[in-house]
Amino acid sequence: MNIPVASYFILSTLLFFIGVYGFVARKNLISILMSIELILNAVNINFVAANRYILPNLNVDKPLMEGYIYTLFVIAIAAAETAVAISIIINVYRQHKNIDAKSINELKH
Amino acid sequence: MEQLANLAPFVLLLPLCMFLVLGLFGNKMAHKTAGLLGTAVFGVTSVICYYIAINYFFSGNFQNGGTFEAVELFNMEWLRMTDTLCIHIGFLLDPLSAIMLIVISTVSLMVHIYSMGYMKEHDGTYDGGLQRFYAVLSLFSFAMLGLVIATNIFQMYIFWELVGVSSFLLISYYYYKPSAVRAAKKAFIVTRFADMFFLIGILILSYYTGTFDFDKLTLVNEGHVEIVNSTMRDITFCGFPIISIAVFLIFLGGAGKSAMFPLHIWLPDAMEGPTPASALIHAATMVVAGVYLVARLFPVYHFEAPHVLEIIAYIGAFTSIFAAIIACAQTDIKRVLAFSTISQIAYMMVALGVSGYGEAEGLGYTASIWHLFTHAMFKALLFMGAGAIIHAVHSNEMDDMGNLRKRMPITHITFLIACLAIAGIPPFSGFFSKDEILVAALENNKIAFAVEYFVAGLTAFYMFRLYYRIFWFGEPKDGYKHEPHEQSLVMTFPLMFLAGVTVISGICWMFGLLPFTHLISSDFTNYDIHTHWNVALPSIGAGVIGILIATFLFLEKTGRPNKAVSYFKRPYKWAVKKFYIDEVYLYVTNNIIFKRICQPIAWFDRHVIDGFMDLLAWITNKSSEEIKEVQSGYVQQYAWVFIIGVITIVICAI
Amino acid sequence: MNILSLFVIIPLIMMAVIFCINGENKKLIRSVMTIGGVALLAVSVITTIEYFKEHGADPTAAFYLQEQFMWYERFNIRYAVGIDGVSVAMLLLSSIIVLTGAIISYAIENKAKEYYLWFLMLSVGVYGFFISIDLFTMFIFYEVALIPMYLLIGLWGSGKKEYSAMKLTLMLMGGSAFLMMGIFGIYFNSVPEGCDPTFKLDEIAAHVTMLRQNSSDVDTSLIDWEYIFFPLTFIGFGVLGAMFPFHTWSPDGHASAPTAVSMLHAGVLMKLGGYGCFRVAMYLMPDAANDLAWIFIILTGISVVYGAFSACVQTDLKYINAYSSVSHCGLVLFALLMMNKTAMTGAILQMVSHGLMTALFFALIGIIYGKTHTRDIREMGGLMKIIPVLSVCYVIAGLASLGLPGLSGFVAEMTIFVGAFQNADTFHRVFVIFGCTSIVITAVYILRVVGKMLFGPIQNEHHKDITDANLYEKIAVFTLIAAIAAVGIRPLELSDMIKDGVNVISTILAK
Repeated sequence: MNIPVASYFILSTLLFFIGVYGFVARKNLISILMSIELILNAVNINFVAANRYILPNLNVDKPLMEGYIYTLFVIAIAAAETAVAISIIINVYRQHKNIDAKSINELKH
Repeated sequence: MEQLANLAPFVLLLPLCMFLVLGLFGNKMAHKTAGLLGTAVFGVTSVICYYIAINYFFSGNFQNGGTFEAVELFNMEWLRMTDTLCIHIGFLLDPLSAIMLIVISTVSLMVHIYSMGYMKEHDGTYDGGLQRFYAVLSLFSFAMLGLVIATNIFQMYIFWELVGVSSFLLISYYYYKPSAVRAAKKAFIVTRFADMFFLIGILILSYYTGTFDFDKLTLVNEGHVEIVNSTMRDITFCGFPIISIAVFLIFLGGAGKSAMFPLHIWLPDAMEGPTPASALIHAATMVVAGVYLVARLFPVYHFEAPHVLEIIAYIGAFTSIFAAIIACAQTDIKRVLAFSTISQIAYMMVALGVSGYGEAEGLGYTASIWHLFTHAMFKALLFMGAGAIIHAVHSNEMDDMGNLRKRMPITHITFLIACLAIAGIPPFSGFFSKDEILVAALENNKIAFAVEYFVAGLTAFYMFRLYYRIFWFGEPKDGYKHEPHEQSLVMTFPLMFLAGVTVISGICWMFGLLPFTHLISSDFTNYDIHTHWNVALPSIGAGVIGILIATFLFLEKTGRPNKAVSYFKRPYKWAVKKFYIDEVYLYVTNNIIFKRICQPIAWFDRHVIDGFMDLLAWITNKSSEEIKEVQSGYVQQYAWVFIIGVITIVICAI
Repeated sequence: MNILSLFVIIPLIMMAVIFCINGENKKLIRSVMTIGGVALLAVSVITTIEYFKEHGADPTAAFYLQEQFMWYERFNIRYAVGIDGVSVAMLLLSSIIVLTGAIISYAIENKAKEYYLWFLMLSVGVYGFFISIDLFTMFIFYEVALIPMYLLIGLWGSGKKEYSAMKLTLMLMGGSAFLMMGIFGIYFNSVPEGCDPTFKLDEIAAHVTMLRQNSSDVDTSLIDWEYIFFPLTFIGFGVLGAMFPFHTWSPDGHASAPTAVSMLHAGVLMKLGGYGCFRVAMYLMPDAANDLAWIFIILTGISVVYGAFSACVQTDLKYINAYSSVSHCGLVLFALLMMNKTAMTGAILQMVSHGLMTALFFALIGIIYGKTHTRDIREMGGLMKIIPVLSVCYVIAGLASLGLPGLSGFVAEMTIFVGAFQNADTFHRVFVIFGCTSIVITAVYILRVVGKMLFGPIQNEHHKDITDANLYEKIAVFTLIAAIAAVGIRPLELSDMIKDGVNVISTILAK
């Protein structure tokens, strides 16, 4: 089965914009975090797909793996970021009893 | 000459030093010391002035074939303006300034002496009062002497301002009295207003002629003042020759100081000052500065702006009759004298206005200066006499006086002499000077003559009204609280001295011992004249009629004055109210200048100009307030903007 | 090191010393201030003597006692100092006012140390401005002088001080924004072929002359830049010189400022405006100055009369004096624009004279306010009887202000009027006569204050037991009066010295 490369990109684009929409539209911090995950994973799909289909694979013995490597990077960093973010959100929740992004504005004034 | 030049600076330095000494250290002295010191030093100054003047007139060193030469005893540079215009401070000695030196030093010395008695009452009541009085008196003497010896018109302007301020300080001597403060302010501002015209006149004149110096400005050559004629002849402004405008503006400056209509309003109010100051400043010396100014520049007026001279004559004539009418209705004795002063100064102005130039042609000029001299003496005498009376009865109002002739005999006699002199009765000095003015007027300007002739009678009337109301007429309604008595010698001596001058100078003239025409004339050349009996007799007649009417009405307390008034109800009321000129001025200053100009400008400044600046600040503030919303801190919002931005750019790029 | 740099170094040393002193030790701080002030006065007297020596040796130079070293070579920015007759007069004026201001400031109790530090900073700026002959250094010192004003008014002032301080600073900063454009405009445009751009005044002047000569035959487009940058520079300095309609910082600012700051501000800082207009705008852009003068003559002519009329109805003493400053400083710029030697000399004389008498006024107002706790003339009266020394001094200040001969105002005003009248066209004539009316209006508002506040019956019973000036106040006030009288009685030397300084610029303008 040969899935055209465009399909991957369409998928990642959809995921990306769903993420962006979630990022700007949602109030809940957890949802925003999830949206960020969506955006990152959209990028991951792009990376993988691009590495597989677009990167010229000149040397079969030593294939170029940058796309995969960056994907792994992103996953690792996303995990770390989620850990930090979740801990912040938990703390915010303890303080405010909710996790609405708009309500966290003490530092603004 | 050498000797005079050495002495000359002291004429200015001594009074100035006295001003500084009394002004700075006066409060450390006893009152009496300050008075004596001031008087003594001014005595020395007077001696120097006399010495210089007498030497000038009678030593013969300064005479050249019957013509007096003007000399500059010293002339030092004070300020360089442009390459040609330079202000000097100097000492110009010519017949005019020599006579002024005599007038000023005599009257001022008498006032110095008199004040030691008159101002005594205020001893101890007001700290430093007498010292302040003498300090300012010295300042005034300094300024007035500096004014008359000016070598250039700018020096004159400098001292002109200084006499103005010393007048202000003396009028406001009783500074805790609001009326005195008001009067002082009025005097200063009105004269200052006139001085502005004077200054503009000086600017115009000096711009074209390139000089301030009197010797250049009055150099007559073949019927023209050369420097003025060569530089300003064909220049006109708005159809008027520029020279006429310039000298008319200069005259306006003089009109302010000499209280010519309509700038006369400050002088009657100036009577709020101490009486000796009124005698010196507002009767004898400062107020004639305007006459002196016109006399100083007389050749310019006569040759280059004869129309202005004519206007001066008419202004003078109008002022003299106007003031004389008001004087008839006033009841404050100092105000009667003040209006009489205005009227008499206007007389001098008329004399200058109708004068020609050169020898007998210039009779008006001689008469004017001669009248200035005699008037200074007898008017100072009248004021000091009034001061003595006020001192005795503690009031300025005629109604509080009467029947004083026995109680104050010396004052009575001297006052009577002065009244006779001003009424123009021979052999007192006033008769001769007034007579010459009438002669000059008859020759050149019939209208002025008619007016002055009438004023002569009117003067006799109101002066004798004053005289009878004070010395006859019967006791005041409630009697006297304290029995009035004659003043001490320190106050009566100046009265007697000045009365002596009034009598002697008249007699000297009558017998040709000291013909005034040999001392001063329009071109400083001697000439002879005789009393013109065809003018003199009718003028004596007018005087006598005036006196008789006054005698009829005021010799004794009767109903006649009221009856007389009832014939002229309305004119009388107008005269009492001084023809409402003060009210007009008050309206103009309060309702127009303050309410219609100053306040709107201040409002405009606070609300429009400043409002605009505040508006700018408000706009900045408000817009940053608004823009602040954008900087919300919500990352989501930023992301929105970012995404929309990216999309827009991408779309645009495609 | 040249003597001129001492003017900047002495205040800096004083700042360092005061910085090290404990703030509680006010006595020591005050003595440091006084000693420093006297030292500055001494230096300015020595400078005057040096100037006369140098001037005697070479009467034609543009600047004397010059010294320079490079700050930033790439842009040709130098620290360059030098003086001429005009700056000598301004230095003497500044020294007298800094000294008397320091003495008057003895009354400051709150945070005296910090107050004096900022006060000295202000002095550094003022002195530096007057000795600089490099546009860039000049501008730096100008800014140095402006900034402390904000703190001095905002912290030590009275009334609505924050508002006034903000207004003053913002308006003056606005002016200096114009000014900066002007300065860079001059810097980049005054470059004839084969020359490097420079900030140094006399070099720029020489360049501009070269440009004029090169362009005079065919087209004048080469010097068109002047027409853009002259108004910018003139307005930039004009804001500080209280030119209508940019004067409104002055009444509020002066009313709120502490006494000595008002003195220094009205006495010296406002003179920076006139001095800058003269030294930068007119010296470096003579063509535009000649062609555009009429606009500014109208504005400054309005200033003169408008300020005087506004002063007539004010009731706050400081407001009266601030509006009178608008009028008098307007006369300075007015006279400068008359473009001839006499009028410009008069303008500088007026700066000196106004500086001295307005400092005297503010000193007296400050002292009286400290005693009566009101500045409203309607609430005072008869002070002459209670505090005679101060009252007499106030009368003297008033007389100086209304131009009494023998005091400095007369000399300045008369020189201005005579000079201004040398321009024979109707436009100038009308405005000169218009300006002359101010001498009457001045008399009105001065006498109004004197009559209401000093003369008349005592208005307020509480004022009966206030005391007259103490020794320090007397020293300060008498010093100022002595200076005013000295200028008024013997103006010849001062006027000639200023005239020599003005000569260079008036010659350029006359071409």
